[in-house]
Order: sequence, then C-alpha cells, then structure tokens
Amino acid sequence: MPKKSNTFEYAPAPESRSIVDIKASYGLFIDGEFVDGRGSSFKTINPATEETLAEIAEASDADVDLAVKAARRAFRGWSRMSGKERAKYLFRIARIIQERGRELAVLESIDNGKPIKESRDVDVPIVAAHFFYYAGWADKLEHAGLGANPQPLGVAGQVIPWNFPLLMLAWKIAPALACGNTVVLKPAETTPLTALLFAEICQQADLPPGVVNIVTGAGSTGQAIVSHPDVDKVAFTGSTDVGKAIARAVAGTDKKVTLELGGKAANIVFDDAAIDQAVEGIVNGIFFNQGHVCCAGSRLLVQESIADELLTKLKRRMGTLRVGDPLDKNTDIGAINSAEQLARIRELTGIGDAEGADRWSPACDLPSAGFWFAPTIFTGVTQAHRIAREEIFGPVLSVLTFRTPAEAVEKANNTPYGLSAGVWTEKGSRILHMASELRAGVVWANTFNKFDPASPFGGYKESGYGREGGRQGLAAYLKGASL
Amino acid sequence: MARIDVRKTYKLYIGGAFPRSESGYSYEVNDSKGKFVANAALASRKDVRDAVVAARGAFRGWSSRTAYNRGQVVYRIAEVMEDRRPQFEEAIRQSEGATAAAARNQVDQAVDRLVWYAGWADKLAQVIGNANPVAGPFFNHTAPEPTGVVAVLAPQASSLLGLVSVVAPVIVTGNTSVVVSSYARPLPAVTFAEVLATSDVPGGVINILTGDAATLGPWLAAHMDVNAIDLVGVAGSAELATSLEVAAADNLKRVRRAPGAEPDWTADPGLSGMTAFVEAKTVWHPIGI
Repeated sequence: MPKKSNTFEYAPAPESRSIVDIKASYGLFIDGEFVDGRGSSFKTINPATEETLAEIAEASDADVDLAVKAARRAFRGWSRMSGKERAKYLFRIARIIQERGRELAVLESIDNGKPIKESRDVDVPIVAAHFFYYAGWADKLEHAGLGANPQPLGVAGQVIPWNFPLLMLAWKIAPALACGNTVVLKPAETTPLTALLFAEICQQADLPPGVVNIVTGAGSTGQAIVSHPDVDKVAFTGSTDVGKAIARAVAGTDKKVTLELGGKAANIVFDDAAIDQAVEGIVNGIFFNQGHVCCAGSRLLVQESIADELLTKLKRRMGTLRVGDPLDKNTDIGAINSAEQLARIRELTGIGDAEGADRWSPACDLPSAGFWFAPTIFTGVTQAHRIAREEIFGPVLSVLTFRTPAEAVEKANNTPYGLSAGVWTEKGSRILHMASELRAGVVWANTFNKFDPASPFGGYKESGYGREGGRQGLAAYLKGASL
Repeated sequence: MARIDVRKTYKLYIGGAFPRSESGYSYEVNDSKGKFVANAALASRKDVRDAVVAARGAFRGWSSRTAYNRGQVVYRIAEVMEDRRPQFEEAIRQSEGATAAAARNQVDQAVDRLVWYAGWADKLAQVIGNANPVAGPFFNHTAPEPTGVVAVLAPQASSLLGLVSVVAPVIVTGNTSVVVSSYARPLPAVTFAEVLATSDVPGGVINILTGDAATLGPWLAAHMDVNAIDLVGVAGSAELATSLEVAAADNLKRVRRAPGAEPDWTADPGLSGMTAFVEAKTVWHPIGI
C-alpha cells in the first residue's frame, strides 16, 4: 500500500450520483427551447474518471445568430416589463436553484472535478444568493446611484470559464436580467452541463423565451458571440490573452465590455500574523478549487523571520489534504479540469524545476484514471522565475520572502495582474496601509477567497476591467454607467 | 522708434519643466484666419516617453495625498487661472476666432469647472463607494482608487474649456496624466501649463504635449506603462480611434472611446469623466473578538 503520510484514514463517503440524470446528448437552448445545433458536436467528460458524460452540440455562427435574434426579440418585452415583475422571475430562479441545489452540486462536481464539499457549500449557495441579490435590484435601479433613468443595454453576449461553471453563469446572468437585458451565454467547452441544467430551470420558472439563451461550444462559438453585430454588451471571464483579443475585437464598436481575467495574487504574511490562521488562509488561497481560481493566492510572500516556522506548519497542513474522488465528502482537492490544463500545470512546474526552485509535495497517492496534480509548493523562488510571474491555474504555490513592508508591497505589485491580494497581520494600521498600497481589486485581510453577491469583484491592470457583484456590478449592464 | 516686442517661445510641459521637443521640431500655429501666430513645439515619440516617465514618477505621491489636499490643489489652479483671464481670453479669441464675449464666457466656464471638480476630490468616494453587507462576519467596503497614468487626447476644437473638462476629472481622483493638446489650437494649453507651473500641482501630475494626436496617440495607446486613455481628441476619426483602441488592448488600458463628434463642453459633465478612470477596490476583514 502506498505511503499515506499523516493523513487520517477515512472510509469512502461518496455523494450519490443518482440524483442527476445526464442525457446522452444535449442541444442548444434558444428561444426557450432545446434545439439541435447546426454545427458539429463534442464530448464532455468527467475529469476524475475520463468517462464520457454526454455529447454536446457545438453552436455554429448560424446557431449563435439565431440565439442573438431570439434574445433581441425577447429584449423588447423583457426591458419594458416592470422591474417588480422581472424581479419575481429572478426570485423564482433563485428558489429553484436552492430546491435543486444538491442536483446542481453533484452535476457540477461530476463535470468539473471540484470537490462536492465546495460545489455543495460554496458554489451553489452563492449562485442562489447571487440571483436573490440581483432580483432585489430589478425594481430599485433608479436608486442605485447610476443615473436617474437607468436603461438596459440590450443583448448581452457572455462567455464564461470552466473553473466555476454555474457560479460564473450566475455572476453574468443575474445582473444582466435584473437590469432588463437579455442574454446569450456560452459555458466553457469542458463544463457545459450545469448551464444546460440552468436552461431547464429557466423553463421551470416560465422565464419568457429568448431572455436566456445558452449556446455550447468552444472558442469559435465564443468569437461568434463577441463579434456579432447585434450584441450590445460583452462580458467575459477567462484568460488574459483571450480578454485582450476581445478588447481588440470590440474596438470601434459601441459594445460595452467587462473582462475578468487572470491573476497572480500575492498572499502576504507578516511576522506578527496569527500563524495557524495564516496557514489555513494560505491553503484556502491556493488549494481551493484545485487552484483553478483567477484570484488564487499563488504567490506566498512571507516575512523572512518566520519563513521556516511557517513553511514547516504549511507542509504539515498540506500533508492532511485529501486528494481524490470529487464526489467524496471528505475530499479537499479534486480533479484537474482537463488533460490540457494538467499539461499546462506540468509544463510550468517543470520550468520551476528547471529554473532552480525547490519543489515539495506531500506524499499522496493519486487515482490512476483522470487528471490529478498533487498540492505543490516551490520554495527558493525569485521574482524572475516564471512560476512567480505566470498564472499556473493549478494547486501550485510559489514562496518568496521579504524583510520590510515596503519590500512586500514592491514585490506584490510587481506583476501585470491586479485581481486580488491577501494580507496577514495582527496590526490594524498595517492592514489598512497594505490594503491601500496593493494594486488589486479585492484585498482579503486575515482571510482569503471570500465571495459574496454584495461584494464587487474585479481587477486592476491586466486582470481586466469592470466589476461583478454588488451595486457596482449593475453598472456593467446599464447605459452610460461606469462603476 | 517703436519698441521691438519680445516674443514667447511655446514649449512642452513635462515633469514640471518646460523643455523643447526632444526632436527639435516645431510647427506653425496660425490664428483662426490663417495668420501666423507662433511656433509651438512638435512633440515626438521620445517626448511621449519622457512624459510617461514623469507621470509614473508623480503617481505615488499624488495618489497618496489626502483627498482634501488634492481638492485644494485643483482649486488653486482655478485661482491662478482667474488671475490670468486676459491672457486666456486673448488666446481663445486668436485660436478659435471667438468673440470677446464668447472667449470670456469660455474662460468663466473653464475656471468654474475646475472649482466644480476640486470639490469632488473628497466626495466621489462617498458617492460611488459603499459598505457591502455580506452574508458573514466580515467588514467589507468598496472605494474608488485612481487607475494610474492616464493619457488624454484633448479636444481639437474647444481649446480651454474642453481641455480643462478632460484633464480635471482625471487628476482630481489621484491619477497622473499625459495630455496631447489640440493640434491647431495649442496656445491656451501652453498657457494652462504655465498656470500649472505656478500653482501647487506637483511636477509630473499633468504633462502637456503640443502636437498631433494622430502621431502621438499610437505611442500612448501602445505604451505599456500607461493605464488608460481618453480618445476624445480624435472624435470623428473613427478609423484612427479604432486603431488606438486596438493598440490599447495590449495591456488592457481603460479606454474612454471617441464620440462621433466633439461633445458640447458647456453641458453638465456628470461623473463619467472621473468614474472612467478609477478602480473599485474591495477590502474584506473578519469581525471577531
């Protein structure tokens, strides 16, 4: 039997799959109906087992055009409906999400690979909360401080990533609908299933046809949405490279754009921090969702005087992380979402080795099928190392040290990104100083990776522009409004 | 014998100093009837580079001033401008062919606009920031911060009111700026630079280049140490504006797009000139004993 380090032994505790009913194939959700696509199809697989889950239609340009036309037709009625009535549809959707929460969580873990304890306790509850939050805005927009007569933009084209499939859908669709827009949304190629289940929820809520359209596909489908001339708004979450391509594609148009892109967040631990809490925060910061998090705390900046003590405790804690079956309720780290992403993580960590950083992972046995990567830290990392500069998007932490607060700020801000940052110290004035010095859209002080529908999220610099969540999140979906 | 008058050399304004263009070039500035008035420095790519360095260098100090202090500094610009009204009126009459009354009116509005923006320095965060009632024991708060170095292609027609209307909202929130003046009507901008130099605005916070937005715009739009760009100076040139927006995507600059025609600067400016160039920062902290 392989060495298990100091992990407690647990009996398997898998969540039942029987609650979900995955069809053999899925079409596109256009104008309130599931229809066959005109393009080809692709398979979505379970990244923990590599089993094929379903055949998914790949929307062609013509399919996207149909979806945009449906959204345009629906816009007339939806935008003129009173906010009070629109709100009730969103409240209905929120309630159905709660009622079908277990089903959504299990499906999300199967298609994405994330641990059930995260999909069940983080993703799905925040999805429902997001719809509740924006439902309440639908009839209060004139009080949002974004103009006396706030007006929707029209048809929103939305392209979302695979790391939080349903949560990113909620972040996009809830504010868009609350403001009176209609949407065409493309889920990620590797994680379409919860978006398609959401389409069913729209039917169940009797949402007027065409208000939400879900078109599945890969990059070319996304491009067709972004560049469609009748799309008024583009919202994208994903890589910085694609974000830049979108910014170029919409240049010269009237399309309003929000981009939530990559990050390389610094998680800064001062010598006076509550060290055990900081260790939990570091683990949560980089190993939550397998590190497939744009705001992950992927660069640990630890004050030199406590580096040894902190790393000893961090390693001990990492030894207790359980990697394996995403549906097991005891699992801490699930599967890497795709073979492609696993290859990317292996490539960058290989570069970390080659550039002279020291790799460490706890002993842990990984399943033989599926895509897995053990939680990993690199020490002896300098700012010049690629693992300190590039987003790895996996369970890999680069550890750097600093001596003074000024050096911490300098190193933390030395990145083209600016999505999030973490600070750990018991000194209040230092927290506020660091919070104001760090060039990042979200600063977590003595906590990390906290999300809430009332809390705006989004980046500085090359992490994108616009905010999602909160009152500020409405601005992205109203005419003439910014922040 | 009549006295020979001493003519002024119109220069660039970079880092609080008045250099000539590094390129050595200048161009002829004519009045509204086409009569030669002066030579203005023709800013080059290297002047853009120097101005961005100056703006970046000034950012930390300017953005960390208190909002109250920034408001006072912007108000001080208005005071010094008021003091030099005749010079601005003359420059506007000359360059825009405006009547004396229209020129006077434009100076009035430009000074008043600075006063209006000065007052925003310590209020914008209260109006567009807020506490967030999250579902957990956390302090959570969102407030605006300046985006960084903002390139401003100033309007071509409105040589003073337009200029002030795009520069004041950028700097009052703590950004620093590199401004390309109107090409054909640069002299009010140079006079404005002289006002800045004798007011309390730190060197580098506003850098003013006289020259062609079509030539300088691409360097600013593509500059990797510029965080945002206002394209209003190329209003009506759709193709140029598009190419600048494409170049700006290289580091995801915040872009304030060029309208089809130059806006009416006498209209209520609203908040968008400020909100286009701020970032919302959200800070979380646990609440506990």
